[in-house]
Amino acid sequence: MKLWRFNGGLPSLAEHKNESVNLPIEVATVPHQLIYPLRQHIGNAAASLVNVGDSVLRGQKIADAQGLISAPIHAGSSGTVTSIADHLIPHPSGFSAPSITIETDGLDNEIVPTPCTNFRELSISALVDIIREAGIVGLGGAAFPTAIKLDNQSRSRHIETLILNGAECEPYISCDDRLLKERADRVIEGVEILLHMLGAKQAILAIEDNVPDTFTAIQTAVENNHNSAITGVQIPTIYPTGGEKQLIKTLTGKEVPSGCIPADIGIVSINVGTVHAIQQAVIEGKPLTSRIITVTGEGVTKPHNLEVRIGTPIQHLITFCDGYTKHAERLIMGGPMMGFALLNDEIPVVKATNCILVASQHEAITSKQAMPCIRCGLCASACPATLLPQQLYWHSQSEQLEKAEKLNLFDCIECGCCDVVCPSHIPLVQHFRYAKSALKVQKHEKHLSDIARERFESRETRLARDKAERAERSRKKKAALKSKPAKEEIDAAITRSKQKKQSNEIGEN
Amino acid sequence: MMLWVLLALTPGIITMIWQFGFGVLFNILICVSTAVVAEALMLYIRGRPIVPFIGDLSAVVTGLLLALALPTLAPWWIPFVGAIIAIVLAKHLYGGLGYNPFNPAMVAFAVLMVSFPKSMTVWTLPQSLIPSGSSFADLLPYIFGSSPASGVVDAITAATPLDELKTQLGLNKTVSEIQSSAIFSGISGTGWQSVSLAYLLGGILLLFKKVISWHIPAGVLSGLFAISLVFYIFEPGSTPSPLFHLFSGGAMLGAFFIATDPVTAATTLKGRFIYGVLIGLLTYIIRTWGGYPEGIAFAVILINMTVPLIDYYTPPRVYGHK
Repeated sequence: MKLWRFNGGLPSLAEHKNESVNLPIEVATVPHQLIYPLRQHIGNAAASLVNVGDSVLRGQKIADAQGLISAPIHAGSSGTVTSIADHLIPHPSGFSAPSITIETDGLDNEIVPTPCTNFRELSISALVDIIREAGIVGLGGAAFPTAIKLDNQSRSRHIETLILNGAECEPYISCDDRLLKERADRVIEGVEILLHMLGAKQAILAIEDNVPDTFTAIQTAVENNHNSAITGVQIPTIYPTGGEKQLIKTLTGKEVPSGCIPADIGIVSINVGTVHAIQQAVIEGKPLTSRIITVTGEGVTKPHNLEVRIGTPIQHLITFCDGYTKHAERLIMGGPMMGFALLNDEIPVVKATNCILVASQHEAITSKQAMPCIRCGLCASACPATLLPQQLYWHSQSEQLEKAEKLNLFDCIECGCCDVVCPSHIPLVQHFRYAKSALKVQKHEKHLSDIARERFESRETRLARDKAERAERSRKKKAALKSKPAKEEIDAAITRSKQKKQSNEIGEN
Repeated sequence: MMLWVLLALTPGIITMIWQFGFGVLFNILICVSTAVVAEALMLYIRGRPIVPFIGDLSAVVTGLLLALALPTLAPWWIPFVGAIIAIVLAKHLYGGLGYNPFNPAMVAFAVLMVSFPKSMTVWTLPQSLIPSGSSFADLLPYIFGSSPASGVVDAITAATPLDELKTQLGLNKTVSEIQSSAIFSGISGTGWQSVSLAYLLGGILLLFKKVISWHIPAGVLSGLFAISLVFYIFEPGSTPSPLFHLFSGGAMLGAFFIATDPVTAATTLKGRFIYGVLIGLLTYIIRTWGGYPEGIAFAVILINMTVPLIDYYTPPRVYGHK
């Protein structure tokens, strides 16, 4: 298959996959407490369906989607709801947010799922409903509700190609790789469901060429499946080739136009972990209550991949991996490139969590002292979006945000390639994140002030109009009073009333 | 990165010493030490951390590039004043590392050239043309004395081939007549050719180590080559060959080491090539019709001014944009 090349990227980024990839996926024990932040997906927070004191079963829906873009949440094990209150959530700024806490009872009783023997008998709407009700969101990290992608976004457009993203380009993370090694059959079955739903002609399952044994596993699964529409492809290992836009470019040569979604060019791209979750939901009837995550880094004694209940506090997983080592320095959710540091290990695993990196001193990308930009342009040659990071930096540093926006700041995918290559160690992505949010705030404020101005202006015109109308009316009145016919009329009226009076007097007399 | 630049300059420096004697060593010594001290002082005055900014070697490179551009028999205060101009005037008064719009070494060179034209043209005769060779002792009167003994002057000083060519063309001689003189042996003159080749070698090393991209040097050299070729074809009698232009003066040093200074060059790839071509063209124009024999320094400074414009009009196509 012909492959294309996106601009830049980091072909020789240290992968660090060996730490975690060689051991099979282990099922983690159920913790005493499961914590579910109500917003663990893009869109509106889910609304709680339970009250403190309620007992719940595994697979029971405890919070429901609110509005179009949202997703329900299901209990990961049986137990009692102990609180619905603010709890620390995985967020770069260390925020707390409303969360449901369940004290598990150790029985792990579940709502008996109803498996489906032949998904082809179900209508597409029914399949979309199953996926929506199972609370499935993008498990690659973005956590966008999958049902929206398959329904609202795809059914109004003609989808040619389905891309299954198994290109796990972030260093250290190997959960998708282990999943494909061990459960390729399930993933391929999931691909069939998606092909059926989207009516796409072909499905391409892409993985990086640094995991040849995984490719063999995929090939075997594809052969067993006898579906000629599905192809496994190995792509060059270049960070960030697993980024949706970069993967689409690599596989099809097409670029997703700025501000558009892949469906606009006939492509739907889904992470392989999400495909697995879809297969589990449709075939086994199981909602999304667990996922595979990589626990790795020099700071943890036994790094490997775990199948964990969503909501498990990180602490529990570290204990399961035989605890911290003396090198443990920083707790990172996600990989070293795009992940973020966590405040503590009481924070739970959410649907989007693909990796817990317990980094040692040298693994955490330490912030060396930033020197001035010397405009060497290495960042521009590494940028997979073909931006000019040095110019964006210049403008965002000097608060000329409109100029940064004009240079397509919002096309930055925050992959961190520029940070890695910068010889002056400038934390460029941090500057870009700041500039983006400052621009969003500016726009919001402008929007509000526009509304206020419009309101003020329309009030002013209304008042002016009223005033003019009033003036016009009084002018007319005055004019009417002054004009002669009016005077005569008044005189006539007076005469009339006098006559009436007289005639009355006559009558009385 | 800067270490690689220093390393890549060593073949050039060694060839300079071999061809033109030890004068260049004095220049390097004075320029580099003055530049580093001036840098440290400026950082101190401006309240910036001294160690990381000295440690990046940018002041060393600036000093070294200036030293290599200066004439080998310049009196000691020429490199001294030059280094101060480069670091204080052209670099720190504009905001220090990363903020200077003009190449500091070339600003210093231009200021010296305009202010002290006489001291800026005393080059040594190539060693091979001095019957007895030149020793340290021969150089000292030029560098530290005010007026060297008159007998020595003729023995070891000389105009550069570019300078000589300009003077002689002014006297209505043809290029072939001029180039029959001893200092014009080879393509571009005794000594100069070897030095240019050494810089070219260093430049190729930088390209291989990806310290610089090919766009700027290719731009400079092709710009200079193209325009000199045009005039060489139409007026072969009064214009030297394109190869003479490429291998004489500071063309190679300029193309690989000076124009490639990232701070003052264009940053987009297309822009870098255009920037290089413009420097090449302007260098030829100054060499041919300007008042000075060598145009690299002025060309670099003038084209530095166009950098924001070049960058503005040559952005790459962003992913997902038409």
